[in-house]
Amino acid sequence: MAKVTFDKNRCKGCALCVGACPKGIVALSEEINQKGYHPATVTDEEKCIGCAFCATMCPDCVITVEK
Amino acid sequence: MAVVFEKPKALTDAVLHYCPGCTHGIIHRLVAEAIDELGIQGKTIGIAPVGCSVMAYDYFDIDMVQAAHGRAPAVATGVKRANPENIVFTYQGDGDLAAIGTAETVHSAARGENITVIFVNNAIYGMTGGQMAPTTLPGQVTQTSPYGRDTASVGFPIKVCELLSNVDGATYLERVAVNNVKNVKAAKKAIKKAFQNQIEGKGFSLVEVVSTFPTNWGLTPQKALDWLEENMLPYYPLGVYKDKFAEEK
Amino acid sequence: MSEKVLMKGNEALAEAAIMAGCRHYLGYPITPQTEIAAYMAKRMPKVGGTFLQAESEIAAINMVIGVSSAGKRAMTSSSSPGISLKGEGLSYLAGCDLPAFVVNVQRGGPGLGGIQPSQSDYFQAVKGTSHGDYRMLVLAPASVQEMVTMTFKGFDLADKYRMTVMLLADGTMGQMMEPVSLDMGEVTEYDKSWAVTGTNCERSHNIVNSLFLKPEELEKKNFERYEKYRVIEENEVMYEEYMMDDAEYCIVAFGIAARISKNAIDMARAKGIKVGMLRPITLWPFPKKEMRAIADRVKSFISVELSMGQMIEDIRLATECTRPVYLCNRTGGMIMTPEEVLAKIEEASKGGNN
Repeated sequence: MAKVTFDKNRCKGCALCVGACPKGIVALSEEINQKGYHPATVTDEEKCIGCAFCATMCPDCVITVEK
Repeated sequence: MAVVFEKPKALTDAVLHYCPGCTHGIIHRLVAEAIDELGIQGKTIGIAPVGCSVMAYDYFDIDMVQAAHGRAPAVATGVKRANPENIVFTYQGDGDLAAIGTAETVHSAARGENITVIFVNNAIYGMTGGQMAPTTLPGQVTQTSPYGRDTASVGFPIKVCELLSNVDGATYLERVAVNNVKNVKAAKKAIKKAFQNQIEGKGFSLVEVVSTFPTNWGLTPQKALDWLEENMLPYYPLGVYKDKFAEEK
Repeated sequence: MSEKVLMKGNEALAEAAIMAGCRHYLGYPITPQTEIAAYMAKRMPKVGGTFLQAESEIAAINMVIGVSSAGKRAMTSSSSPGISLKGEGLSYLAGCDLPAFVVNVQRGGPGLGGIQPSQSDYFQAVKGTSHGDYRMLVLAPASVQEMVTMTFKGFDLADKYRMTVMLLADGTMGQMMEPVSLDMGEVTEYDKSWAVTGTNCERSHNIVNSLFLKPEELEKKNFERYEKYRVIEENEVMYEEYMMDDAEYCIVAFGIAARISKNAIDMARAKGIKVGMLRPITLWPFPKKEMRAIADRVKSFISVELSMGQMIEDIRLATECTRPVYLCNRTGGMIMTPEEVLAKIEEASKGGNN
């Protein structure tokens, strides 16, 4: 069981986390954040293994990972 | 559940001004993680350059000096000589370090200044909007090389690690990249070592981080990572170019 | 009165810097000031200090910025072409509100010029060494003793006002030997809680910076800095008057030109010409008020300087062009004789065209 939290309004929607996720469960959201970007989010948290690859590639310290 | 990944303490809460997907943010974080892990936040002084990372002083939660273009190693020399117990690093881009500041770079290495240099090579001038850098690849199109870098006219890129590997005073030189998880982890290790060397008084350490600039390269962030892999890494091979103390083992 | 020792100007200055608590000298060789570097190279290791020969003037001034940012007293010295190279750093020192002590042992210019004494960097020192709105406190010693006292005082003023103090000497002052007293008293310590020494994780981070992207913030900074300059103009003007009580003609000269002028004044007085001298010791702040007051009681001024006439513009401004200002000058490394100054005094006393 792992938990990944996105600080939605820090996100710039660059999607480097999307490409890094080995499970393919990170995607850009349909919604628009305060900065006007589509922020990253997890589509199926059940599948998260807490590898923190998404956070490792995030340039903006948006992601906190718990395990 | 325990937190396994979060923003390091040596970074402030300020939102980075960098373009989406710019890997400066990753490199900032790696430096901050190294500072956290080595427990040196309270005594580390950072020197910010001129270029995209000019406002690094707002992002690192440590004492900072903003230096003139290219002069960060000279400023770092002064800070370190004034208070040798402080840990002093510069954070510089390719225009700053390898063009206007070449003399300061080479001579701080030659003196074996006990400082740490984080060198971000993204093959272009960012802050001014994408002009040719000393590290721009042959044929690469920039605002000031609109037909591609013509080596017959403007010469070849400078390979900083290779150049400094011939400087006796340099202690540790490694080129890393931040284009995938594996490389980011290796970059972290190199950056931490470059700080550890200074703590141990080993002298001049420089880590060249091959980085992306999606906006000025005209690519999406993900495509920029691919471009780095396909174009920059063949020209700028990753690896340790010098490790004085490893050789002595 | 302490014992006097015979010292060369450049070396006396260097020793005074050490007495002022300076333990970091960062420089680059250039004639005619290299004795300062050579002296520091010998002395600094003996007092636990740092002497560093940088790769360039630019690197040297940026090392000064580093040391000063870290809260320590730092100095560099150079001569005219080298000061031009330091210009960038001098602007950053001003923009960052950092203390620094910088010596210019002037030689003739422009370009590579020559290596003989000159005062042709007056404009550079008091008007604009580099870009942006800023000032440096500029001190002009006229004896080896003043090389010592002005260096000691220069470090104090730099810390007090958090700005660059430039000691504007010339090749003659640097090379001349005279007996000096090195009894300077105690060094005053100033608060430097702004310095980058590490937060120790106990305070918010200090940032030494000259970048202000918001124009309203940069304007505010500049207004604040000029308020500081106003206080300096109010309080720190230094000058010497020589035979001004009954003077009808006033020579204005600094440094070596002032010493030559003294001889000429004595010669003129012997001939019955009532001439005196106002010698600015601070070139910025310039003794404007004093000069304006003198203008009401003399017939004319004579600017004696080793340049094509630079300070003369400030004399005209200070006196609001109420009196004629004659120019007695040599340049390019040439020095006027007292007889040449006397001839100009006589011309002025006859009311000739200036």
